[in-house]
Amino acid sequence: MKFTLSWLKEHLDTDEPLEKLADKLTMIGLEVESIEDKAKALAPFSIARVISAEQHPNADRLRVCMVDTGDGAAPVQVVCGAPNARAGLVSVFSAPGTFIPGKNITLGVGTIRGVESRGMLCSAAELQLSEDHDGIMELPADAPIGKGYAEWAGLGDPVLEINLTPNRQDCTGVHGIARDLSAADMGKLIDPGIRPVRGEFPCPVKVAVEDATLCPGFALRLVRGVKNGPSPEWLQKRLAAIGLRPINALVDITNFMTYDRARPLHVFDARKVTGNLTVRRAKEGESLLALDGRTYTLDPSICVIADEHGVESLAGIMGGETSGCDENTSDVLIESALWNEINIAQTGRKLGINSDARYRFERGVDPAFMVPGLELATKMVMELCGGTPSETVVVGKAFGDDRIIDFPLAEVKRLAGIEVPLVEMRRILGHLGFMVAGNGPVVKVAVPSWRTDVHGKADIVEEIVRIVGVDKVPETPFERGDEARKPVLTTIQSRTRRAKRALAARGMVEAVTWSFISQPQAETFGGGQAELALANPIASDLSDMRPSLLPGLVAAAQANANRGCSDVALFEVGQIFKGDKPENQFVAASGVRHGFASSKGMGRHWSGSAQADALDAKADAFAVLAAAGAPMQALQIVPGGASWLHPGRSGTIQIGPQNVLGYFGELHPRTLEALGADGPMIAFEVILDRIPDAKKKLTRAKPLLELSAFQPVSRDFAFIVDRTVKAGDIVRAAQGADKKLITDVAVFDVYEGKGIDPAKKSIAIAVTIQPREKTLTDQEIDAVAAKIVAEVTKKTGGTLRG
Amino acid sequence: MSDLAQLESQILSQIAAAGDEAALEAVRVAALGKKGSISALLATLGKMSPDERKTQGAAINLAKDKVTQALTARRDILKSAALDARLASETIDVTLPLRETPAEQGRIHPLSQVFEEVNTIFADMGFAIAEGPDIETDDYNFTKLNFPEGHPAREMHDTFFFNPKEDGSRMLLRTHTSPVQVRTMLSQKPPIRVVCPGRTYRIDSDATHTPQFHQVEGLVIDKGSHLGHLKWILHEFCKAFFEVDHINMRFRPSFFPFTEPSLEVDIQCRRDKGEIRFGEGEDWLEILGCGMVHPNVLRACSIDPDVYQGFAWGMGIDRIAMLKYGMSDLRQLFENDVRWLSHYGFKPLDVPTLAGGLST
Repeated sequence: MKFTLSWLKEHLDTDEPLEKLADKLTMIGLEVESIEDKAKALAPFSIARVISAEQHPNADRLRVCMVDTGDGAAPVQVVCGAPNARAGLVSVFSAPGTFIPGKNITLGVGTIRGVESRGMLCSAAELQLSEDHDGIMELPADAPIGKGYAEWAGLGDPVLEINLTPNRQDCTGVHGIARDLSAADMGKLIDPGIRPVRGEFPCPVKVAVEDATLCPGFALRLVRGVKNGPSPEWLQKRLAAIGLRPINALVDITNFMTYDRARPLHVFDARKVTGNLTVRRAKEGESLLALDGRTYTLDPSICVIADEHGVESLAGIMGGETSGCDENTSDVLIESALWNEINIAQTGRKLGINSDARYRFERGVDPAFMVPGLELATKMVMELCGGTPSETVVVGKAFGDDRIIDFPLAEVKRLAGIEVPLVEMRRILGHLGFMVAGNGPVVKVAVPSWRTDVHGKADIVEEIVRIVGVDKVPETPFERGDEARKPVLTTIQSRTRRAKRALAARGMVEAVTWSFISQPQAETFGGGQAELALANPIASDLSDMRPSLLPGLVAAAQANANRGCSDVALFEVGQIFKGDKPENQFVAASGVRHGFASSKGMGRHWSGSAQADALDAKADAFAVLAAAGAPMQALQIVPGGASWLHPGRSGTIQIGPQNVLGYFGELHPRTLEALGADGPMIAFEVILDRIPDAKKKLTRAKPLLELSAFQPVSRDFAFIVDRTVKAGDIVRAAQGADKKLITDVAVFDVYEGKGIDPAKKSIAIAVTIQPREKTLTDQEIDAVAAKIVAEVTKKTGGTLRG
Repeated sequence: MSDLAQLESQILSQIAAAGDEAALEAVRVAALGKKGSISALLATLGKMSPDERKTQGAAINLAKDKVTQALTARRDILKSAALDARLASETIDVTLPLRETPAEQGRIHPLSQVFEEVNTIFADMGFAIAEGPDIETDDYNFTKLNFPEGHPAREMHDTFFFNPKEDGSRMLLRTHTSPVQVRTMLSQKPPIRVVCPGRTYRIDSDATHTPQFHQVEGLVIDKGSHLGHLKWILHEFCKAFFEVDHINMRFRPSFFPFTEPSLEVDIQCRRDKGEIRFGEGEDWLEILGCGMVHPNVLRACSIDPDVYQGFAWGMGIDRIAMLKYGMSDLRQLFENDVRWLSHYGFKPLDVPTLAGGLST
């Protein structure tokens, strides 16, 4: 919402300076977004006359001008390159020290080709008034020499722009803004009553409204014998100042009423309207050439005003070109109506029209002002264009409702925490147009018709508090109460947090990727269901909710590789979607490693370098699981993973086949191809929600620690086994040999190659035997060792390496 | 010179001449070994008369002691020299560059860090943390929050929709974290004190908007909380979060469908060559919206607005993270450039705490 200071002063009798008014507007909820004050920026520019303009001795295209700046002193010498610089010309002068906005420089005293220049004659572009920089400005010969240019040119009227919130339709007109300011002690509202203009004859055009829910009210009157033409200068200036193009008096009046009184109107050239008017839904296939020069195809969801020929206007949004008013208009039909807000909003959106009328009608205009607005417009038409008015045709009844709110005065203190004296409350509400009746603790407050946003007690509190000033509300410490201090993170939040730290501690870098990915990417990871596809994606490759974090992570890793950083380890912990129900949203922890981003060390290094491999991903997954509190002893590792992983270089982490916690491994070459990434790349995914909840602990004390008095014994064994035998099976077999004495089995060597049957491999384990009650004899230790060998042989077919 | 004295001096000179421990050992064996020269002399004692044995024995033992001492002394010298010689050959290149530890290389994303900072501050004020789904119903995202059907306020939220279901309803991506407030009010009885952090979505993409962003909202419902408390909480939060002793805040009336009265909050700052300082300067920077929960919202969540009251606020995590840590371009938060992440990210051991400082 834009308006000028002088326009505001038509409605507000005030001596307050602009800055104070602007601050107050912001502080009462009408946030001033900008103040454009050309007068201030252009204050140093004055009107001056060129006395003489001689050819520059050293430059063909320059002239040396003597300029009378009107200050009574001697003429000033100025070197000027403009082709139109000539003796007698009245133009705009700036002295040294002036900031030139169009050039972004501060002028100094200069010497141009050997001739001193003590100022500048300016073009309109240099003042940022237009694009015109062909020559210096040419002012009328009688323009007052020495006066400020901006003031003389009428630029001394600052333009304010308010960032209006959608509830304040009453402030889409300057009058409403003035009312708010008057309540805030910034002056007195100028509000002369509106006198009806007596109609001289019955309106010959009848109006039929087919659907009162689309059009609760419609008022129309004819003014005959008008003379349309350019509107007076004051009106043109007023509209131009806020960026509206003056068209002709009749149209300018409707625009003026829109901005002055938040009352959009429409004017038809009565001689271009055939027969009576009907307000109805458009018929399928009807179209209208609108005033913006575009033709709109209509449908029955759109409300129109039609005559006997067809659609003449898009109700409440924009008029039609063929029935518009121009300089030949002699009879004008003025329409002032009420429209259904939702329908206006939907129509505006559907047709893509953002008109000033739509802006107001979709917010809901003051219903009680429909007829007075028409009276005011009629008066203005007669003043500017002459003519004889008809009587007014009004369709509809009860314009505006009687909203009376029972308001407990204590409500202000209850909700806002501030004491406001009763007289102050009454004064504020009175200025805003509310009527307050009663003397008890609960008063009756009648809401003015223009405040369509006020419905309840809380709204009244807001009115009082915003005018008193929110800054006056004292800050009140908020006691945290005597609730015990407890952890506030939920289980999943806690797991998320710990998973992130655990992965970062493994040298990985946390990424945050988009929640939406392309449909093919989603399908690669088991997604792409219809219920997870956006109806209005921002881009075709961001169309489906992600079933996995990996497509985003792989893309991010690839993008880094493309930037020259190919040794990259990225992770993300975030939401994934398996369906559109809340229970189908999970939190996953995933990571990818590429190049020399091994968990043994990042990048190539003299101490040893390794390409990231599938077991790095296993280590990452296990770090997440351990940090998130998974029961590590219960985890099972099954060879082979999800379809997006390399079948032979991947594994599944589960607690029984029914509860798969995640996968790890090398990404399948087809997955990489589908994602457009260069491999090999390794990845893991753990679903944090699937980790079983830990048992609630009754005490924070840790279980008693038993330290054995006897020294543990370590024995090494190397087994030759088939290459298909899994190390995990050997470890489990060894552990099973004596569950009481064997406390640890570590794999310390895996060997395939020279000296061993190509179908076999050697796996060496170190077994820790912890005596419980006494030191073991050599024979007892040998007996345990024999059991280990026997168990491993039985379970895996392995033989002790000779 | 007696034979003994000659033998002694001969052995002592051999000891002195021994160049290494092996040579020294040979000398020792030649003198004190089973067949050694001194051992041989001692063996002769048995054949001597008691008197002779007395004098000779003492003399031989004296010589043996001298030799033994000399051997020990020489051995120490040789051992030390040998050690010095070994150490002299054992050198490493101490300038070889180290490999950074994983904990030095890994990074936590600034958004995660700031979420933790915010949670830490509000947890200290007695708030619990609530979460809800990203895919929401129109009812929870709009209707229950007092957005009337077709109201222009709905258009302020450029909403991502899913395709309509058979019954005509359609799911959407939440445009704010406020539906979590609705879920909380529907599932808990007052008093309620929660903050709801999470990811939110709007169809918007330019220098200052991304289609996904992050918010944290707060909600208090009880029988006495009012605007004064709200102002205090937000002021305390801003001081704690931006880690400054004082900060000037401006509360302006505004409009949100779900609060009444509604306020927007600006903080005062100074911008200087891309750097931003809080608690000083002339600029006002909008950081959050808030207000008293609208009675219609309370009613929609089966809470009697004449008995209970409360307030809510919401702010953009991305925005406050950028302000605090001087990140200039919102889009970079989601570009996952490891150079950017290494620079603006946080090390895994930099866990924000109130005791140790949020960011120090």
